[in-house]
Amino acid sequence: MAETKYTEEHEWIRVEGDVGTIGITQYAQEQLGDVVFVDVPAAGRKVAKGEACAVVESVKAASDIYAPVGGEVVESNAALADTPGDVNAEPTGKGWFFKLKLSDKGELDGLMDEAAYEAFVKSLG
Amino acid sequence: MVQSIDRSQGRAGSVSAGSVNTYGTYTGNRALQLEEPLIFEMGQAGRCGVDLPEPPKMKERLNGLRRKGEVGLPGLSEPQVVQHYTRLSQKNYAIDMGVYPLGSCTMKHNPRINEKVARLAGIGDLHPLQPVSTVQGALELIDSLAHWLKTLTGMPAVAMSPAAGAHGEMCGMMAIAAALEAKGERAKRKTVLAPESAHGTNPATAAALGFVVKPIPANARGRVDLAALKAALGPDVAAIMLTNPNTCGLFESEIVEISKAVHEAGAYFYCDGANFNAIVGRVRPGDLGIDCMHINLHKTFSTPHGGGGPGAGPVVLSAALAPYAPYPWIVKDGDKWRVAEDGAKVDGMPLGRLKAFHGQMGMFTRALAYIMSHGADGLRQVAEDAVLNANYVMAALKDVMSPAFEGPCMHEALFDDSFLKDTGVSTLDFAKAMIDEGYHPMTMYFPLVVHGAMLIEPTETVAKEDLDQFIGALRSLTAKAKTGTAADDFKAAPLYAPRRRLDETLAARKPILRWKPSNNPPGTDPLKQAAE
Repeated sequence: MAETKYTEEHEWIRVEGDVGTIGITQYAQEQLGDVVFVDVPAAGRKVAKGEACAVVESVKAASDIYAPVGGEVVESNAALADTPGDVNAEPTGKGWFFKLKLSDKGELDGLMDEAAYEAFVKSLG
Repeated sequence: MVQSIDRSQGRAGSVSAGSVNTYGTYTGNRALQLEEPLIFEMGQAGRCGVDLPEPPKMKERLNGLRRKGEVGLPGLSEPQVVQHYTRLSQKNYAIDMGVYPLGSCTMKHNPRINEKVARLAGIGDLHPLQPVSTVQGALELIDSLAHWLKTLTGMPAVAMSPAAGAHGEMCGMMAIAAALEAKGERAKRKTVLAPESAHGTNPATAAALGFVVKPIPANARGRVDLAALKAALGPDVAAIMLTNPNTCGLFESEIVEISKAVHEAGAYFYCDGANFNAIVGRVRPGDLGIDCMHINLHKTFSTPHGGGGPGAGPVVLSAALAPYAPYPWIVKDGDKWRVAEDGAKVDGMPLGRLKAFHGQMGMFTRALAYIMSHGADGLRQVAEDAVLNANYVMAALKDVMSPAFEGPCMHEALFDDSFLKDTGVSTLDFAKAMIDEGYHPMTMYFPLVVHGAMLIEPTETVAKEDLDQFIGALRSLTAKAKTGTAADDFKAAPLYAPRRRLDETLAARKPILRWKPSNNPPGTDPLKQAAE
């Protein structure tokens, strides 16, 4: 049973077993505008919760993507190098960034569920 | 529908009002808006603008490296080359053409007296490898500018050689790193703090030197959150990089407190001098407790900017950092000036050279001419008028646009896009519509801390009536956007520019960075080709 959690930096993480898939939310892609470049971490890299580990660049700005939880990168979405527009078209589908083997599932507890994230986005106006 | 008036006296092929831009010309030109091919697409192979003698017969010594194919140079006569580049120059929007309201990037008039001075034979014809005995005046000129930069900033030392603002940042941060190294603290102080609204070059400079950058949030007033800054300070912090006035166009009113806290934590205070124009002659950054600051001569001191000339980024340094300034510097021994580079008389660890020769001599000359022609009272008025002009814009637009922060601003007026809410018009669309009104758009989507930011810096060099027309154009566009029915018009803007809305996404995703004969056969459109 997959479970999706959200961060205040507008990343989502979908956890299946001990592997989480990470990307940015619909709200984030709307704010960024057309994405023109994505830099994803290489498999094998160990990241700490909150560490900047990917970069997304749009026509407006370049932004860091932070690891929602700590772990080891097991796979990254190499296709984004050629088709960064996937992040705009399907931010929670084909536009995923990387997959992380979680080091501590307890770190998920501090993240928002869908309802809480929707309320958070609403509060941003 | 507007009745179109036939102004052609019945002749076919003439344009009538209401059909502007709707008919084609034989040449593709529109009156004096000329279409210009790339230089490689012009002329004929083998044509040459100069008459070169045949090379004498001699033994070939190329050992098989002789070129086999064509060189591929364009074949053009001298008038063709002159006309090509002149036509290209006319496509450029420049500071000499009108209001250039880029925020955070002081774009001001380049006084012609600067140019006159820079062209004097004793200055314009110098060569950096001339014997020092023949360039005594030039060295004195560098020293005079150094003196005034130190005086205006209230700092004891200056490094003149950095080539531009970001290079100056690098110089200053390298001096900080060297000072930490000398104290044996380089390994433990790895963090550099930078406000969220910082110029992108600040974190980039710190990262390039191996520091870890930690962002400091802004408070509701658009200034550094002092409590958050104090919480972030610790034994791991090497420095803070802070712009004052900041990129929201606001004076960091707690800067003295900030510098005190930074120094108490054993860190250094790097001040980004990009916005010095707002305070020159009024505030000496040295009095605020900074350790170093670069000065963009091409901003505050009116030397040519962007494509108009090289930058120059001298860095003023505190007594603590002065020993780590790079080579060279100018010294007077008795009545003789010399270029010091041996470091023998200096304690500590100079950085060595950051740049060939002595810095941007042409810019030094212009900046000194600017300082001398303005005098102390004139420089003070520069800052006052820059701030006055920005506040005039702010006051004239705040009832229809939405200021990002309350209260007066310094040298630039910052708006967010909330006044465009529900109009279907974005900041980008608004900026493109400004092109149709004959204005270079302001800085947009920066600083990032403000949603849909529009950052307007008129500088002191725009006259009131020109500001009034600019304000009128923006008020008119705002009113049009707020009708709620003009989104399609805005999305189509610019209508009257030589090119309509360019596909910035495609240009970023699939840039064509180099012309190749094979990818542009005659008669094809490179933009269209990239799309396919």
